[in-house]
Amino acid sequence: MTEALVVVEDLHIHFGAARAVDGVNLAVMPGEVLALVGESGSGKTTLIRAIQGLTHPTSGKVLFEGKEADARHLPDVQMVFQDPTGALNPRRTVSEIVAEGLRIEKFKGNEAEAVSTALSRAGLRPPERFLRRFPHEISGGQRQRVVIAGAMVTEPRLLLADEPVASLDASIRGEILGLLRNLVDTTGLAVLVVTHDLGLAWNIADRVAVMYLGRIIEVGPTEELLDSPKHPYTKALLSVVPETRGMEQQILSGEIPDPKRIPSGCRFHPRCPVLQSGESERLGIAERCRGEDPAIISAAATREAACWAVKAIAVAG
Amino acid sequence: MTVVVGDRKRQRWVEVAREFWQARSGRIGVIILAFFVILAIAAPLVAGTDYINPVKARAAGLPQWGTPAEVGPLGTDHFRRSVWDQFVYGSRISLLVGLAASFLTILIGSAVGIVSGFVGGKLDSALMRITEWFLVIPFLPLAIVLAAVLGRSLLNMIFVIGITSWPSTARLVRSQVLTLKQRTFVDRSRSLGGSGLHVVRQHILPNVSGLILANTTLAVPISILTETTLSFLGLGNPQTASWGKTLEEAFVNGAIARNAWWYYLPAGVGIVLVVLAFTLIGQTLEQIVDPRLKDRR
Repeated sequence: MTEALVVVEDLHIHFGAARAVDGVNLAVMPGEVLALVGESGSGKTTLIRAIQGLTHPTSGKVLFEGKEADARHLPDVQMVFQDPTGALNPRRTVSEIVAEGLRIEKFKGNEAEAVSTALSRAGLRPPERFLRRFPHEISGGQRQRVVIAGAMVTEPRLLLADEPVASLDASIRGEILGLLRNLVDTTGLAVLVVTHDLGLAWNIADRVAVMYLGRIIEVGPTEELLDSPKHPYTKALLSVVPETRGMEQQILSGEIPDPKRIPSGCRFHPRCPVLQSGESERLGIAERCRGEDPAIISAAATREAACWAVKAIAVAG
Repeated sequence: MTVVVGDRKRQRWVEVAREFWQARSGRIGVIILAFFVILAIAAPLVAGTDYINPVKARAAGLPQWGTPAEVGPLGTDHFRRSVWDQFVYGSRISLLVGLAASFLTILIGSAVGIVSGFVGGKLDSALMRITEWFLVIPFLPLAIVLAAVLGRSLLNMIFVIGITSWPSTARLVRSQVLTLKQRTFVDRSRSLGGSGLHVVRQHILPNVSGLILANTTLAVPISILTETTLSFLGLGNPQTASWGKTLEEAFVNGAIARNAWWYYLPAGVGIVLVVLAFTLIGQTLEQIVDPRLKDRR
C-alpha cells in the first residue's frame, strides 16, 4: 500500500462552544481525487482550511507525508477557492497573480516562462493574451482558471478545492472539472475537493467521504458509495440528486443541528429515518442510537459507515 | 527578470501619468496647484519682503488702505503693507504647513490603522483606545496647549496639526483593512505561504491606497484651515505671513466694512483654489488607481 500524502488524525476544531470539526480521521492518497461531501455547516470548509493551515486545530494533527507540518508554509499544498472573483486581488494583473506563489517561494528559475506554462496548462491559451489583463477584464471561468494556474505554478502535490465550481455557470462547470481531472491524470496531483453536490463527486472523484456535523460518517470508493450507500444520511442525500432516478425521495426532517449543541449518541439520530421508522427498535439498537456515539471512522478505512444500524445488519447478515 | 518587472512598473507609471493628464479634472487640479507651487517657489522673483515690514512700508511712503489702482498690484493694508507681497509669501507657509501636516497625519493615521486592523487582538484594542483618546479630547484646547508648550514656530505648528488630526484617518484605514482582511485573496496569499508583511505590502496597501489618497486630499485643506485657525488664535509664528493670518488681520481691522476686497479676497481665493486643486487631483488619482472606477468617469 502506498503511503498517504496527507493524514488527518483525530482533528477537532472548536470556535467557542461550536464544534465545527469534531473528530475527523482522513487520508488522501497521492494521485487520487477525494470528494468531501456534506450540507453547508457540516465543517467541510473548516477541515480543508485546517489542512492548509489557515485555521488552527483545537486538537489533533495534520501530517504531510508522515511529518507533522507547519501547515501554513507547505508549498506542496495549494488551494482553489469557491469564489474566483474574490480570490483575485483586483489591483494585480494575471501574471502578477500567478507569479505570487513563485515570488513567495523565491523561485530561482525563469518566472515568465513558469507563469506562461501554468496559464496554458490551466487552459488559458495563448498565455500572452492574459498576462497583462486585470481580473475584472476576464470571465468567471477564466478567473477560476487563473486561480488554478496560480495554485499549480509551484507544482504542488495536493490541491484543496473548496466548492471550485459552485459560483460558476453550469456551462463552465464541466470544463473546470475536466481541467482538474486532467491535471490529476497528467501530473499525479492529488485533489481534495469539497462540495455539497454529489453529482460533482460522481463526475471526478475516486473516493467520497460524507461529512455530517463535524464528522465523517461514511467513506468509500465513489461508485460503491453512490451505488449502494449504507448510512441513512448518505441515502437521503443521494435520493434527492436528480440523476438517481428510481430511488424513493427522502426529505430529511429539520435542519442540520447547531454545532454548539451536537446531539448525544449518534449525531444524526434526531433526523434519522431509520430511527424514526422504528427500524432501530426492531434491530434492538434504538437506545444505542440515542445514547452511544458510533466510533470515529479511521483514516485507513476503505469502506465504512458510522451507523449502529449498518453495523447491526452486518452482524446479523 | 527584475529588469522586466522594473520596466513594466515604470511603464505603468507613465500610463498613469498619461491617463491623469487626459482627465480634465486632473489637468485642472495640476495646473492650479502648479501655479501656486511655482508662485511659492518663485516668491523672491515676483514679490519682495521689504513692504511686508510696516516700518519700511511707511518709509517708502505707501498709503494706508491703498487700492490696487493707487499702489502696486494688490493695494496695501491698514499697516501700509503690500498685500501682494503678503499673499505671495503667505502661499509658501500655507502650502508648506498644509502638505507637511497632512503628510504627518496620513503617515501616523495609516500606520496605526493598518497595524491595528491587520494584527488585531490586544494590539488593536490598545491602539484603538489611544486613537479614541485623541478623538474625544477637544481638538482646539489640545492644539492650543501643545502649541503653547512647544512654542510658536512653523515646525511646531506642523507637529501640532499632525499629532491632533490622525485619529480619524486611523479609524477609516483600520475599518477598510478589516474588510480587506476577510477577502479571499488574502486567504489565497496566505495559503501560498505569504507572510503578514507580504500580505500587507502586496494586497492590503494597494487596496487602501485609494482611500489614503482620498483622505490626503481632505487632510490638506483641513490642515491649511487649521493653520488658519491657530494663526487666528495667535499661535502661529508672528513673524511670517500666512493666508490665515492675512484673513484674520483683514477681519479684525475691518477690511470687510471698508470694502477693502483686495485685502481679504486674494488669501480667501488662494485657500479655495488650493483646496479645490487637491480635491480634483485626489479624485482623478483615485479613479486611475482603482481599475474598477475607470469606466464610470
